[in-house]
Amino acid sequence: MNVTAIKIDNGVNVEALLGARAALTEAPAAAHFKWRATCDWVRGTHSRTTVEGFYGLGAEQSRGKSFRYDADHPEVFASEDKGATPVEFVLAALASCLTAGIAAVAQNRNIQLRSVKATLEGGMDLQGILGIDSDVRNGFDGIKVVFKIDADATRDEIRALVAQSQRRSAVFDIVTNPTNVAVEVA
Amino acid sequence: MAGARRIGRVTGTVDAVVVGAGHSGLAMSRALAAHGVEHVVLERGEIANAWRHERWDSLRLLTPNWQSRLPGYRYSGADPDGYMTAAEVVDFIDGYARFVGAPVRTGTTVTKLRAVDSGYVVETDRGAWRCRAAVLASGAHGVPVVPDAAARLPASVRTLRYNEYRNPSELDWGRVLVVGSSASGLQLADEIRRSGRKVTIAVGEHIRMPRLYRGRDIQWWLDAVGILDERYDEVDDIVRARRVPSPQLVGSPERRTLDLNALTEKGVNIVGRLVGVDGNRLQFSGSLANHCAMADLKLNRMLERIDRWVDEHRVGDLVSAPERLAPTRVEAAPRLVHDVAKEPIATVIFATGLRPDYSWLELPAVDAKGRLRHDGGVVEPGLYALGLNFMRRRKSSYMHGAEDDVHDLCEHLVHHLHATKSSTTTADGSRARVGR
Repeated sequence: MNVTAIKIDNGVNVEALLGARAALTEAPAAAHFKWRATCDWVRGTHSRTTVEGFYGLGAEQSRGKSFRYDADHPEVFASEDKGATPVEFVLAALASCLTAGIAAVAQNRNIQLRSVKATLEGGMDLQGILGIDSDVRNGFDGIKVVFKIDADATRDEIRALVAQSQRRSAVFDIVTNPTNVAVEVA
Repeated sequence: MAGARRIGRVTGTVDAVVVGAGHSGLAMSRALAAHGVEHVVLERGEIANAWRHERWDSLRLLTPNWQSRLPGYRYSGADPDGYMTAAEVVDFIDGYARFVGAPVRTGTTVTKLRAVDSGYVVETDRGAWRCRAAVLASGAHGVPVVPDAAARLPASVRTLRYNEYRNPSELDWGRVLVVGSSASGLQLADEIRRSGRKVTIAVGEHIRMPRLYRGRDIQWWLDAVGILDERYDEVDDIVRARRVPSPQLVGSPERRTLDLNALTEKGVNIVGRLVGVDGNRLQFSGSLANHCAMADLKLNRMLERIDRWVDEHRVGDLVSAPERLAPTRVEAAPRLVHDVAKEPIATVIFATGLRPDYSWLELPAVDAKGRLRHDGGVVEPGLYALGLNFMRRRKSSYMHGAEDDVHDLCEHLVHHLHATKSSTTTADGSRARVGR
């Protein structure tokens, strides 16, 4: 990290992030965000989730566009396979959160990234969700993430990037720690 | 402790009041006396009170005896490489108090500190003191910090704060969960495991260190390389640096290294942070592997820095060869849930740190999280802190860290007194009755 002359660019505006951090330290109320999604059943196990606005910085925030995600189950579950399974969305969320973190931390540490590829695998014993064995949990019995990173850095610097990104990751926290979930019928 | 006396009775007026007669309060007293600043040192209990009453039996300092030094005073015993027991620390600080001749008022609990026009009023259970400057030297370790989950533990489990723990024989015979992975957490897990009890330790962020490196105490290296002297205004993120837990060290006669691998070898069960309690189920974080990986990486960066220093100073011949510790062993699938209905836990000990207690400060000097706002120990001109984590330097919370901080802050304090000279005190400090 002795780079001064070479311009490091991972496409992350670190100054803006550090500025936001400083601003939110002074105004903690603005740091309270609410992320939202709506989901409509389509048919069978097929559903469509829409993500649009969110709340943050003390106000409703509109993106001016929406994102849609189809979820379904594969044909081996006698479904029509119209989209990734919900648990694969969890892998996608974890991978993209850690990857974004790696880019931001690398930028902050003056490390130029050339490529980052994450490969994820979540193990699951279906005896849980099928109610065959009550000692088996429904969710993953473990998740394995392998990062392949090409960057101007030593192997230990890259490992430190990956470690720091886990430390600051929302999805890593959501997956590794319990969360209260309130499900109601409106 | 609260006396029935009415507050507001002014016991005395001095230039400065020092709150706390531990090593840093006494060191400040010596410096103030040298500058002719009239002062008192108010102590809720006895000199070195926390070391007398709030430490477990086997505790020794994490720093070697040769490093036990205070301004004008140092260890002169026969075992410079050893580590003081708590009783020896009490003797050492008592000796320092006699050496300094500090004007200590023991058994005097400060109940309030508030600003008045000409400085401060320090109210105690034995009357109030007026002063123009005050020094908060009541220690970084006032009240235990305990995770939220503590309140939801099943009633069958006995809970202990680690300042309440004394030795394993006071514990029920049954599994003990130690929460916390700094020096204290590891030491308690190790000692309780040696007593034959089953032990689980919940591990979060931690600092791993070998006791000896290249044949010398790790504290010698931290000192020599300059790590301990790094200043608060030089590091990237001081807020984060101040939160770093104490390194996993133990002061033992055999100078052994105490890390998670050592605990694993003794059969201690290692799990992630305690993050939740759901009825009888204690839930641990799945982040254990990352916390261990971070500590290993950080350790290796420190050892590399030491090795570079050895090379730059061409002293490789005087010390043994570089070495690296084996990576921390983490089970492939560490336990995430411990159901006490199926496998009882007799005692949970929270070794999750202590924080200073500022509930008696009637000043807007504490942030929303109860932390003192200060710039290198200067809360405001006239009000100073001592002994806090990384307060001015990385060594600020260590005994040997007091000297430089006291020097800097005493200078600031004296300058403040001169700048705000009042009629109650002569500039040459002729009313001072302390010092020798």
